[in-house]
Amino acid sequence: MYSYENEVVEQTENTVHLNVGPSHPAMHGTLRVKMEVRGERVIKAEQEIGYLHTGFEKLGEYRSYNQFITLTDRLNYFSPLNNNIGFAVAVEELLGLVPPRRCQVIRTLLAELSRLADHSLCVGALAMDLGAFTSILWTFVEREKLYDVFEAVTGTRLTTSYTRVGGIAFDLPEGFESRVIAILDSMESTVEKLRGSFYKNRIFLDRTEGTGIITKEDIESFGITGPMARASGVAYDLRKYRPYLIYDELEFKVPTYTEGDSLARYKVRLDEMDESIKIIRQALKLLEPGPINALDQKHALPDKLSTYRDMESMIHHFKMIMPGSEHGLHTPVTDLYSSTEAPNGELGFHIVSDGTSNPWRIRIRGCSMLNYPIFGRLMEGSMLSDLVAILASFNIIAGELDR
Amino acid sequence: MLIYQKENRLSVAAKVEGFLGEKLLTKEEKTDYFQFSVKAADAKTLIRFLKEDSELGFTYFIDMCGADYLKYPVAMPERFAVITTLISPKLGVRVQVRAFVSDAEPRIATLSDVFEGANWTEREAWDLYGIEFLGHPNLKRVLLPEDYEGYPLRKDYPQRGRGERSSFPVYHAVPGTGPKD
Repeated sequence: MYSYENEVVEQTENTVHLNVGPSHPAMHGTLRVKMEVRGERVIKAEQEIGYLHTGFEKLGEYRSYNQFITLTDRLNYFSPLNNNIGFAVAVEELLGLVPPRRCQVIRTLLAELSRLADHSLCVGALAMDLGAFTSILWTFVEREKLYDVFEAVTGTRLTTSYTRVGGIAFDLPEGFESRVIAILDSMESTVEKLRGSFYKNRIFLDRTEGTGIITKEDIESFGITGPMARASGVAYDLRKYRPYLIYDELEFKVPTYTEGDSLARYKVRLDEMDESIKIIRQALKLLEPGPINALDQKHALPDKLSTYRDMESMIHHFKMIMPGSEHGLHTPVTDLYSSTEAPNGELGFHIVSDGTSNPWRIRIRGCSMLNYPIFGRLMEGSMLSDLVAILASFNIIAGELDR
Repeated sequence: MLIYQKENRLSVAAKVEGFLGEKLLTKEEKTDYFQFSVKAADAKTLIRFLKEDSELGFTYFIDMCGADYLKYPVAMPERFAVITTLISPKLGVRVQVRAFVSDAEPRIATLSDVFEGANWTEREAWDLYGIEFLGHPNLKRVLLPEDYEGYPLRKDYPQRGRGERSSFPVYHAVPGTGPKD
């Protein structure tokens, strides 16, 4: 069994061993850092993870592809829709399935709305951790409105499980467009308010400017992606690298900074929110009526409504859902790595399929898992109070880190 | 801006084929990348070549994971595999190296001195598959508790069937025993 005695390390002169987390208000989620400090200066830091290990990869081997979507909700639980979409895109690439146009537009819209929700929480929490409580109230109000929209669209606020292989669960509700446009307008003003409050705030700048600098070489060597990479001058965004969904038709920029400190990461997220708002405005114009599920009924579930109404769809639904080797989704015997841009970086799924309805192996390349290791190195030599400024700018989500 | 350059992927494949020669087991074309399968002993030289060759420049580490092919419908050279994904900012291409690791000797040279991101992903593969990375500076469990027994992502490890946690045998970790438990 676990015993504390094994962890007590040798005490050297004038240093104190300090443990932060796994349950600590500053350690978002269940992160734990063991540090050796001399005064306020951190000499050594080591992260300990795994407190939220759920075994998604093992569970996935015993679930069908559509059942696995409910597990992806629990990866990065601040933006479950991005995970749902990322996994659906991965399976569709494996099958060579192209969902209909309306489905792709809806997925793009929701992915960007979800990115807004994720970023708004992160920027709010960063300033809150540094003592500015107002910003999280502003951003929480916006996130709450977005969650109301997600509830109207998917039926749930957090565990959305919205996508299916080859389509989505439901069509958009009535009044979706007007609600989203109203949110975008207030979101824009909130982003402006945040810029006005923090870009010239001396206290905020002192805490974030120059703290936790990551160089471009470290970004590449550690495999850091997403806003963290773009804050260090690596312009890598999968929406541009290899556009999926309808991103190739949309006009948007990839904001990059070269400083690589906490402030740059904060600025990148705010700029990305602007870009997301732009994308949503463009995608709303592309929203046209049409089918939401792929018509390839050997691989995609039929519409739920037609399952109840016509014989054919009901048979296909039955063949897809029932367990057993003769039922379910039949995949080619191969393996494929496919990735999409989640709010925190590259969300990849490496699927090894064996031809049955369950995947042989699902590797989840969580962005947090690759983004987090450098944290210990950054802490070494910095002040103890920099811990919150650095960690909050990383936006590490334990669900995705431990999986 | 890093953008996928479709035409570059063929020259990468040709270069790797030229470098490996007979040692290349298979070469598979996937959606946007090539997957090269090699034996465990050749993996590190290939990845070093991919990173350090002046024309290739695969300096961006993307991912590394283990896989278990026990009773997989297609015959594989060995039971385990370590799959590494890299990207070249210079060429705008991804590449994947699949190194087969044998069941009898699940050992492979570490990449943590080539890519620092490999440090944790190798610990994860050790943790879940029991693949030992030779030369790794800190090879210990990362997701599971340090005194955990077994490698849960192996195909012969049951999903359920060990009973309640309270009935598990009590196991005392001995300090200083290192990664071999």
